[in-house]
Amino acid sequence: MSLLEVDRINAYYGDSHILFDVSLRVEARETLALLGRNGAGKSTTLKSIMGVLAPRSGRVLLDGQPIHGLRPFEVARLGVQLVPEDRRIFAGLSVEENLELAALTAPHALDPAQIFTHFPQLGQRRKNRGRDLSGGEQQMLAVARALVRDPKLILLDEPFEGLAPVLVQELVRAIRRLAEQGRTIAIVEQNVTATLSLAQRCYILSNGHVVHEGAARELRKSPEIMGRYLGL
Amino acid sequence: MAVMISWPLLFSQLFNGLALGALLALTSAGLTIIYGALGVVNFAHGAFFMVGAYAGYLAFAYTDSFVLAMAVGALFAAGVGILLERSLIRFYYARPPEDQILLTFGLAIVLVELVRAVFGSLSRRVAVPAWGAGVVNLGFMIYPRYRLEALSIVALTLSVLGLLLYRTRQGFIVRAGIEDSLMVSMLGINVARIFLLVFALGAMAAGFAGIVDAPIVTVNPDMGQDLLVRAFVVIVIGGVGSFGGAVLGGLIAGEILSLTAMINPAYSDVMLYAAMAAVLILRPQGLMGAEGRR
Repeated sequence: MSLLEVDRINAYYGDSHILFDVSLRVEARETLALLGRNGAGKSTTLKSIMGVLAPRSGRVLLDGQPIHGLRPFEVARLGVQLVPEDRRIFAGLSVEENLELAALTAPHALDPAQIFTHFPQLGQRRKNRGRDLSGGEQQMLAVARALVRDPKLILLDEPFEGLAPVLVQELVRAIRRLAEQGRTIAIVEQNVTATLSLAQRCYILSNGHVVHEGAARELRKSPEIMGRYLGL
Repeated sequence: MAVMISWPLLFSQLFNGLALGALLALTSAGLTIIYGALGVVNFAHGAFFMVGAYAGYLAFAYTDSFVLAMAVGALFAAGVGILLERSLIRFYYARPPEDQILLTFGLAIVLVELVRAVFGSLSRRVAVPAWGAGVVNLGFMIYPRYRLEALSIVALTLSVLGLLLYRTRQGFIVRAGIEDSLMVSMLGINVARIFLLVFALGAMAAGFAGIVDAPIVTVNPDMGQDLLVRAFVVIVIGGVGSFGGAVLGGLIAGEILSLTAMINPAYSDVMLYAAMAAVLILRPQGLMGAEGRR
């Protein structure tokens, strides 16, 4: 049984149909890439999993149990964490308080000290408010905030967006370490190179449809598919 | 025009400004936190102030205990707030602001007219409690005792609210919710429950302010609406969603209203709007508001 199974979901924003029978699965301990051009429906897929947007039809199963129709806080309590694309750091709260808030309802929350070994820079800035962090630090904190809840599944929405190349590399290393520790991660990205360097499997979305599914290794060797769906 | 301003008059008006300001701060604090956390512009907030005053007025009339009257005023307003939040307002959190305004404005009218139907339009006097009768000689001026006491009571209440917001787990969640309630929810916290608490506390603060203010002014069905307009100005000055801003904005507004009234009462509200305009030009997010809230 897959850790997460998305089964033919259809999602809408008002009257516009965004996702068409999207199906995918995430296996425990894998890193999965969800690729596609802008507006392909990648973020919408993550929001549908998280309960931010309820799909009008289809099912989302976590460990075989249906979670579609649950509210975001209920999905979070079942062990799914979304790191949203705009990071949504609490600007008025310190680094520590951001982590503390995340840990409040997590039954097996990690110790912040553990988190800081992963992200030493955040440890140095633990007393700083969210608004005083750089873009890279905010992204690190967004990931750390998800991690502190010790989730079964981490959904990363465009984690590399707007980061300088050196920071992208640093974040890639941090995500790889998490994957090596057995974390299950799904990444939505436009940065195909960085993402495929992390993922074992990938899906490509185009206009709300899943148009490709396969091993990341093979996609790297298929310029034809990359060109057709990703414009590379 | 020669206006004679004596020192005792100036001091007395400064104190009046402080008392009015503290009251505005208490009412605005609820309004600004409800708006900050729930995103609802609550036009019924003035009505909570009014029902609190009436409930307290009745309790005082029947029991002769003003302490009990304050408790009844606060709790009754909280009860009305909880009832309205559960039955109607919560279904509007995700709706556009114009729908929320129509709803809360409508609720305010219903509450005001209900009270008018029962009590009539005439103002009712609420006697000053026995422990607040008379005046106090402060050395540099003589000031009504109850006004000093009301100022202390309101200041104490504001401190308690501040402690709840900055020193408790629920307050911590509310502060985060004011910034971004969806993200709070995505971290496993049931924000709907916190929203109800915020709404109830906001209504309670307004109702409490209503009964504390009652012996100073008079009680009538429209008392809340005038206050509401000023409270909106206060939160614009202080910064929407900011508790500290509501306190600071309330005190500034109270002094502006009171000091202008010393020269010409007709210009009091004009000066208040002028101050709001100045803040909007120089610091659009308000004195203590954060930029770029969600």
